[in-house]
Amino acid sequence: MSVEAHEVIAMPQPAKESIPEAARRKMSSPWASAVVVLITVIWTVPTLGLLITSLRPAADAQNTGWWTWFTSPAVTLSNYGEVLTGGATIPGGITPYFWNSFAIALPAAIFPLILATMAAYALAWIPFKWSTGVFFAIFALQVVPLQMALLPLLQMFNLGWSIGPIPIFPDLNKPGSEQSLLAGTYIPLWIAHTMFALPLAIFLIHNFMAQLPRDVMEAAKVDGASHFLIFRKIVLPLAVPAIASFAIFQFLWVWNDLLVALTFAGGTPDVAPITAYLSNIKGTYGAQLHLITAGAFIAIIVPLIVFFALQRFFVRGLLAGSVKG
Amino acid sequence: MGDAWSKLSSAFLAIAVFFALILIVFFIAGRIRGRLQTPLAGIIFLGPAVILLIMGLVVPAIRTIGDSLYNASGKEFIGMANYSWVFETQTDVLVNTLLWIVIAPVASTALGLTLALLLDRMKRESISKSLIFMPMAISFVGASIIWSLVYEYRDPSQQQVGLLSQIVMWLGVQDPPNWILWSPFNNYLLMVIMVWIQVGFAMVVLSAAIKAIPSEVVEAAELDGATGWKLFSRVTIPMIRSTLTVVLITIMIAVLKIFDIVRTMTNGNFGTQVVANEMYAQAFVQFDVGRGSALAVVLFVAVVPLIIYNVWQLRKERAIR
Repeated sequence: MSVEAHEVIAMPQPAKESIPEAARRKMSSPWASAVVVLITVIWTVPTLGLLITSLRPAADAQNTGWWTWFTSPAVTLSNYGEVLTGGATIPGGITPYFWNSFAIALPAAIFPLILATMAAYALAWIPFKWSTGVFFAIFALQVVPLQMALLPLLQMFNLGWSIGPIPIFPDLNKPGSEQSLLAGTYIPLWIAHTMFALPLAIFLIHNFMAQLPRDVMEAAKVDGASHFLIFRKIVLPLAVPAIASFAIFQFLWVWNDLLVALTFAGGTPDVAPITAYLSNIKGTYGAQLHLITAGAFIAIIVPLIVFFALQRFFVRGLLAGSVKG
Repeated sequence: MGDAWSKLSSAFLAIAVFFALILIVFFIAGRIRGRLQTPLAGIIFLGPAVILLIMGLVVPAIRTIGDSLYNASGKEFIGMANYSWVFETQTDVLVNTLLWIVIAPVASTALGLTLALLLDRMKRESISKSLIFMPMAISFVGASIIWSLVYEYRDPSQQQVGLLSQIVMWLGVQDPPNWILWSPFNNYLLMVIMVWIQVGFAMVVLSAAIKAIPSEVVEAAELDGATGWKLFSRVTIPMIRSTLTVVLITIMIAVLKIFDIVRTMTNGNFGTQVVANEMYAQAFVQFDVGRGSALAVVLFVAVVPLIIYNVWQLRKERAIR
C-alpha cells in the first residue's frame, strides 16, 4: 500500500436512496458514463502495457511498441522463466526475494496486530490514571515519519543500545566479528515494521474496542473473569473483522514497502524483499524491458490478487479507518 | 523450493513463538488473583506496545534531532550547520518538493472529485472504481516501472517503444525528447505517477462523502432550481468541504514522505530530487548521518502542521455530524 496518512476518515453510512435519487441514477447521463469509461481505460492502459511487454520476446519488447503486439502477436513465457531463476542477463532470480517478501510481511502483519489489540483493549477497558494521556501520546506518534527513526534504529540493531550500564537492546555481535547476529535475519525487519505500525493500529482498533457493549464486559467482570479471560474469550472473537481489515492493509503495506526494506535488509537475496530487488534491477538493467516488466508483474501479482479478492475489506477499512502512511 | 520452505518456516516459527510467549504470559498472569491482578493485566497488555513505541519511535526521533546537530560521522558538534546546508545549498530540492506537494495533491483531489461526481450518476460504477483504485494496491516501485515503460525513449528514426513518445508522434511531433532527462518537465511526469496512484484513493473517499449528503438537502436545492454547476458549487462542495481538505492533506503527507518514485525513476538526477530521496541519499549512500538527520527533521517539521490541521478538520467534521 502506498498511501500515507494517519487520519481517521470516519464516513457516516450512506443515506438510503430515496425514490427520486434512484430515479436520477436510472436516468444517468450517458455523457458521464462515457467520460468515466474513457478515464478508466486511460488508467488501465499503462498496466496493460506492462503485462503485454512482459509476455513478448526480448527483441520485440526492446524494439517495438507493445501496442504493435495486437497486429503481430508473439507470446513467450521465457521472460518470466529467466526472471524467476536468473539467467545470462540478470544473474540471480527474483524467486528468493519473492519468498522474502512473504516471510517479512506475514509476521509483520500479525505482530503489530496482536500487540495493538492488546494495547487497545487495555486502553479501553482497564481503567487506570493515565490511560487517556497514554492514548493521546500513542495517537500523536503517528506524526513521526519513518525517516526520523531509521538511522538510530539501524544503529540500535547493529550496535545495541544501553543507558549507562543497562543494556536496553543487547549488542548482539557475532563472536569475534563486528557484525551483529541479527544481520541476515528477518528479525530487524519484523521489529521495525511492528514498531512503525503500532500507533495507527492501536488507534484504529481502539476505536473498535471502545464500542464494545459495556454490559457484556461488566457481566464478565462480575462473574470474576480475569482480563486475560475476557480478552481471549469475549473480545478477540468480536474483534476479528476489525483485525482482519487491518491485517490486510498491513500485509500489503509491508509487501510494498521499500524504505524499511532498504534500510534494514540491504539488497541481499537472503532477506531483501521484492521491492528492493525491483528497485535495484531497474537501476542497473533498466534497458532490459522484457525482464524488468516480468519482474514487476511478479511483484505486483500478489497485491493485485489480495486487492481484487478482498476489495470489500479494503474499501471498508479505508473508509472506516484510515490510510496508512 | 527448499529455499522457500526455509524462509517461510522461519516466518511461521517466529509467529508460533510469538503466540506461545503471549499465551504463556496470559496463563501465568491469569492465575494471580487479588489486588495485583488488574495492574498486572494493564502492564502485560499495554507494556509490549509501549516499550516498542518508545524504543522504535520516541527515542530514535529524539536521537535524530540530536544527530542533526553533529557532523557526518556523528563525532563533532556543528550546531545548525547541517540546516544551513539544507536551506542554502539545497534550494532546488526544496523548491522541487514544494512543487510536488502542491501540484500532485491538487491534481489527484480534483480528478478524484470529478470521478466521484460522475460515478454518482452511473449505474454500474464498481468496475470502474476497482480499476481506477487498483494502482493503490501495487507498490510505488511497481508503478514506477509501469510508467518508465510509458516514458521510454527511442531515437525518432527508430520504432517507438514508449507510449508517450508514440502518442506525441501520432499528434505530429517529429522529435519527442527523452522524457526522463528533460528538466524541468520530467518532474511533472513523475508527479503523474503519483497522481495515477492517488486518484483512486481520493475518488473512493469523496464518493462516500458525496453519497452521504442527505438526499433531502439535494432535493430541496433542486426544487429551488439549482442544477448542474450551481448544485455542485452551492450544495455539494460546501457539504463535503472538510472531506476534501482531509483528502488533500493526506495526499500531501504521502507526497512528502515517498521517495520510491524518484529513487526508481531518476534517483534524484536531472533536476528531480526531493527531500525524502535526498535524506535517503545522504544517510545511506553518503553515510552522512548529520545531513540525513537534518533532512529527516525538515520532513518532520513539514509534516506535523499538516497532520495537526487534518486532525482538527476531522474533529470538526465529526462535531457537525
